[in-house]
Amino acid sequence: MLYREAGDFKTSYASDNQTFPIRFDRYAYWAVLILALCVAPLFLNDYWTKSIVVPFLIYVIAALGLNILIGFCGQLSLGTGAFMAVGAYATFKLTMAVPGLNIFVVFLLAGLVTAAVGVLFGLPSLKIKGFYLAVATLAAQFFLIWLFTRQGWFFNYSPTGMITMPERSVLGITVTGPAASAHAVYLTCLVFVIGMAWLARNLTRGTVGRSWMAIRDMDIAAEIIGVNPLIAKLTAFAVSSFFVGVAGALLFGVQLGAAEAGEAFGINKSFLVLFMVIIGGLGSILGSFLGAAFLVVLPVILKVFLVDSLGWPSDLARHLEIMVIGALIVIVLILEPHGMAALWRTIKEKLRLWPFPH
Amino acid sequence: MKMTRLAAILAATLVAAPVAAQNLHFPMLNYRTGPFAPGGIPFADGYQDYLTLINQRDGGIGGLPIRMTECETAYNTERGVECYESIRGDNPLILQPLSTGITYQLIPRATADSVPIHSMGYGRTSAVNGDVFPYVFNYPANYWDGASVAINYLLSQNGGSLEGKKITLLYHNSAYGREPIPTLERLSAQYGFTFTAIPVDSPGQEQGSQWLQIRRERPDFVLMWGWGVMNAVAVQEAANIRFPMENFIGIWWSGSENDVRPAGAGAHGYTSLTLHGVGTDYPLYNDIQEYVVGRGLAAGAGDQIGSVLYSRGLYAAMLAVEAARTAQQIHGTAQITGAMMRDGMEALVISEERLAELGLPNFSASFEVSCRNHGGGGQAMVQRWDANAGRWNLISDWISSDRELIMELVMADSAAYAAENNIQPACAN
Repeated sequence: MLYREAGDFKTSYASDNQTFPIRFDRYAYWAVLILALCVAPLFLNDYWTKSIVVPFLIYVIAALGLNILIGFCGQLSLGTGAFMAVGAYATFKLTMAVPGLNIFVVFLLAGLVTAAVGVLFGLPSLKIKGFYLAVATLAAQFFLIWLFTRQGWFFNYSPTGMITMPERSVLGITVTGPAASAHAVYLTCLVFVIGMAWLARNLTRGTVGRSWMAIRDMDIAAEIIGVNPLIAKLTAFAVSSFFVGVAGALLFGVQLGAAEAGEAFGINKSFLVLFMVIIGGLGSILGSFLGAAFLVVLPVILKVFLVDSLGWPSDLARHLEIMVIGALIVIVLILEPHGMAALWRTIKEKLRLWPFPH
Repeated sequence: MKMTRLAAILAATLVAAPVAAQNLHFPMLNYRTGPFAPGGIPFADGYQDYLTLINQRDGGIGGLPIRMTECETAYNTERGVECYESIRGDNPLILQPLSTGITYQLIPRATADSVPIHSMGYGRTSAVNGDVFPYVFNYPANYWDGASVAINYLLSQNGGSLEGKKITLLYHNSAYGREPIPTLERLSAQYGFTFTAIPVDSPGQEQGSQWLQIRRERPDFVLMWGWGVMNAVAVQEAANIRFPMENFIGIWWSGSENDVRPAGAGAHGYTSLTLHGVGTDYPLYNDIQEYVVGRGLAAGAGDQIGSVLYSRGLYAAMLAVEAARTAQQIHGTAQITGAMMRDGMEALVISEERLAELGLPNFSASFEVSCRNHGGGGQAMVQRWDANAGRWNLISDWISSDRELIMELVMADSAAYAAENNIQPACAN
């Protein structure tokens, strides 16, 4: 009834091309933005912000990045953890080298450094495809982690190889370090998520995104119609790595405060982000949000419910959590092989006809 | 810095507000799941059983009962941070995460929130310097002490000289395993032995290439900084290549029953350092039987009592309770806060008489903590596995580390941390 195109007249090309063609979606989008920016900070307490919302936002950025590469350009990558590590270590080196630099600029520069590294490791994609490319990116994962754990320059020769984020502030508000308030941390991550999601949505709607999708759907056909595979694949690697690098920078700088490459950015992290993208939905911006929520928020909610509300032993709750999440992954993928975003797409189709289906 | 202090005071007042509860909150950041659970479970059981004993036998500390909360970290740093966030507003008195990685994450946070960390025999070694790390303690000994004690033990076994010997370090490729490398490099220059370090990636189930390298290089001694499954695999591999077990020395985290049992008779003679006595021949265990096990309150499955890591958990809990007692005496109040607990930890004195009173005579070395030395005495003993009897035997007395050298390294590392994070010395006043 409410959710339909009928009656929503478009009188210009701009309004016809807009991101959300349905009025209800537009209102929902603005409502969520206002809710997240103005209302949520009033209600979120420290625990919920720092252990649920902030990790969620950071993994959304990482999932968006990987989704651009796998979902939109069809290049399988298992090096996400290592690219996040590049972002984290670039943040560390930049803040140490230039203490006065604005931390937001540092995060963006860390993303650019990661983009450069991503292009370098994306070069094999011009020759190899599919699973073989996955193995090549796996090499990036192992090589970069080796670099960050064995070469003292990257961690300023600290005896343990740990890097620690010093305190930095923006406009007099502490953003990193232990003294940063939950609100400052939340808003920092939110600003990045909004900016990055906007960028991702518009890139994938435009020329670049269309060339990525052409390569994904059939690279030979794409080449014949004039898409340059070199540029398309390498821009996908660059943009994807930029996103992943910023996510790594935020994870290290804002969320963890200290990190060690092998532990925080190991192969497990690569798989975690890959599962987010697959469960959320390949080639969908909304899917990145849903996938990150499923794998980051759900376990913590489950823990809070079982341990804090029901008073179960924490080890039993943890075992149960592994089983529940595992079962849910299988169920979601059986019921909706194209991820949770496809589920939403189906609901949308039904809603448009409701309450008078054919 | 002003902001930090303001925030700390604010946090302290916010935390101190709900004192109506009248108990002492001892959070337990345990790991009973994941690849490191075999080490995490006995430690958690020992820790919890001792606190239960204090509640049951003495009615708590200074008349206030101990409230225990448990949070599962699975040895994962992100979960550890989540656990910390969930308890930080609940007036926690002491954090013992049993993970070097989690300790590193918590050092800046806990310092800002005025919650003391006791990383007993793990964590950041340079936290010995209380000037830079006011809220972090790692008494009675740290990794660099461990490295030095191992070398001193080898010196005593080899007529005081290691000239021309080859010593290899097999380490868990994480912050934990890398800790002793700078110390061993310094000691190798000092004593003239050749030092090589071989990393094993976590969790350490696959060590074929590492032991091939050891077989090829034929080191005289192998030191090990391992944890979890890595220990058992290394002992098995050493037995497979017939490496002389008495020349294979583990740190105190590589010396539990779980590490040697899988290798069977092959593990006979494996040596490791230890921070405390072994076995159940201490009067305290009678109380544990009577008040904890007898009343059906034993933690976990109750099958770990007397094992090495159970004793370690017991020891950690005992030191925490003693520190809380000291804090209550200093501040003249039973309901202490994290900041008061810190003062208690800094004034902690563990004497031989006190250990005997607690029912643990000669269980650990005696030591004192001070503002400039958060690391205790740095002594350790050497224990050897008897595969036939299935028990660890102590084969040395307390061995001291080369504290002068270690303090030099501590000062260098902590000064670097203070400069990076703009920290003012805490001990001046």
